[in-house]
Amino acid sequence: MTSNSVSVRDLSLSFGAVTVLDTLNLDVKDGEFLVLLGSSGCGKSTLLNCIAGLLDVTGGQIFIKEKNVTWEEPKDRGIGMVFQSYALYPQMTVEGNLSFGLKVAKLPQAEIDKRVARASEILQIQPLLKRKPSELSGGQRQRVAIGRALVRDVDVFLFDEPLSNLDAKLRSELRVEIKRLHQSLKNTMIYVTHDQIEALTLADRIAVMKGGVIQQLADPMTIYNTPENLFVAGFIGSPSMNFFRGEIADRGGRKVVSVNGVDLSIDSYKARGPIEAGRKIVLGVRPEHVKVDEAPAGTDIHDAVVDIEEPMGADNLLWLKLAGQIMSVRIAGARRYAPGTPVRLSFDMSLASIFDATTENRL
Amino acid sequence: MADTTALNARLAPGPQGKKPRPILAPRNIMLYGALIFAAVYYLLPLYVMVVTSLKGMPEIRLGNIFSPPVEITFEPWVKAWSTACTGLNCDGLSRGFWNSVRITIPSTIVSIAIASINGYALANWRFKGADLFFTILIVGAFIPYQVMIYPIVIVLRELGLYGSLTGLIIVHTIFGMPILTLLFRNYFASLPEELFKAARIDGAGFWMIYFKIMLPMALPIFVVAMILQITGIWNDFLFGVVFTRPEYYPMTVQLNNIVNSVQGVKEYNVNMAATILTGAVPLIVYFISGRLFVRGIAAGAVKG
Repeated sequence: MTSNSVSVRDLSLSFGAVTVLDTLNLDVKDGEFLVLLGSSGCGKSTLLNCIAGLLDVTGGQIFIKEKNVTWEEPKDRGIGMVFQSYALYPQMTVEGNLSFGLKVAKLPQAEIDKRVARASEILQIQPLLKRKPSELSGGQRQRVAIGRALVRDVDVFLFDEPLSNLDAKLRSELRVEIKRLHQSLKNTMIYVTHDQIEALTLADRIAVMKGGVIQQLADPMTIYNTPENLFVAGFIGSPSMNFFRGEIADRGGRKVVSVNGVDLSIDSYKARGPIEAGRKIVLGVRPEHVKVDEAPAGTDIHDAVVDIEEPMGADNLLWLKLAGQIMSVRIAGARRYAPGTPVRLSFDMSLASIFDATTENRL
Repeated sequence: MADTTALNARLAPGPQGKKPRPILAPRNIMLYGALIFAAVYYLLPLYVMVVTSLKGMPEIRLGNIFSPPVEITFEPWVKAWSTACTGLNCDGLSRGFWNSVRITIPSTIVSIAIASINGYALANWRFKGADLFFTILIVGAFIPYQVMIYPIVIVLRELGLYGSLTGLIIVHTIFGMPILTLLFRNYFASLPEELFKAARIDGAGFWMIYFKIMLPMALPIFVVAMILQITGIWNDFLFGVVFTRPEYYPMTVQLNNIVNSVQGVKEYNVNMAATILTGAVPLIVYFISGRLFVRGIAAGAVKG
């Protein structure tokens, strides 16, 4: 039996007339790495701040380790938090930053020294202990900020977009380090980000949020392959999934999606229920689920012309027009196509997604 | 060949081409001319004051106020400080100076201490009714002083503080509150909010965050507040004359009484010396902390 580390029950939060979170529920398992993913203003940081106790909730309850902490002070919740802007105390040394919370808690000096030594060893910041934050690089600062959460010896770590202020190279380095940290400490971690790569690479489960509502909560592969609705499908993946607005049609007992007169067979699509003919739908196909000039036998072939080619090294991205719509296709980097080349496309419909055009939910 | 010489000329070290702006360009003449004119315009009265204060009365009567003193004498300064008469007292400005010191120092310290805590509470601890409290405080800054003078006289009388230094210190502290609170609130609001959040997660409370986190970062704004208060309170005349008795008059009031006395000969040299002495304190404060002042004013704007 796995116990829940953090549980959010019917959480509501409003600032005056503006409701940011409305009866939100979320369970985070013990030792799980949960990522809250969404664009800015979706309420993900607000939710994290509520869990941390930095915002007073309007309604609902929060449990950490089975204990109701809804009205507890942040320090009594057993959490450590890492912020986007590092938030290191500028007038203190690294050592002072790490030990501040422990001194406030009036821990014996020997214990403080032990914990600071351990955290700085894990994060490899021993040579920096006597420096001020202004003498550190961005990556080093964020390491210290993680260290400040580490010394608190807590069950739950909260990360609020910790890598957003770093440049691309440092970001991927620290990302790996956070993952390693999670694997060795096995703490519960809740991580807020708007970066889908961070979400996909780090998470055990991702909660995709929009408008204060969790759109889908699942492991990264499920989110990527079977998005629950149109928003999740469009939000995850780069370049974005190709969407075709169309209608289900019956061609002599064979169900197809008809897009501007182009028929795409959906025989191999694993629908959740019967999809009746005449229904307006949105078909979603990821760029890598379209084959170019190598159709397996028995699949529909569609003719198109390459518009733009974007070589990315490992991959090659083709932009082309099908059924009057721009779409992208990802092929191996070695296969080159000059603009204007005619190609033959085939769709792998078993990996596609079909959404209702009005409810935008997966069919 | 022509090509290579042209190329060599281009590769020669140092900046090349016509110097963008010669020193005596019309633009520079206009610019520096205007600046020099403005500087002279503002410095001339000070020059006249210093020169006159160093002359004896016979020399002043010759009437040329711009000429430097023929015979330098410091007697007017000594007289202004220690023997000039106001009413029945003939102990000069020194009494007023010490009164002003006794008024300015406690008023400055108390008002800054309270206002910084106010500003910190308003910026970081969004307590219930904070907006209303802040609005009332700011509205208070816009009410003309004259409206409040009589009510304050009554309040001080009822408290038994009318005419005392303590009463005046309380008045100065209260009147400094709106602008200082606004100053501190804006400064603390400009500091990254996450710093405050981090401190709360570390378990620090209201006072701990104030003293250990906020105070060390607020040094520039404290200097600004200090300058505003010292100069404002030192230069105050109205409150000083209304709320105190003659033996507690601040320096500004005493200066007025010396300069405006109607009996006897007008001693211009003594008057000038007295005026410079009275203005010296704010001037010295500016000179010492001017650089910090500018940095503090700008700090709120550029802090990342």
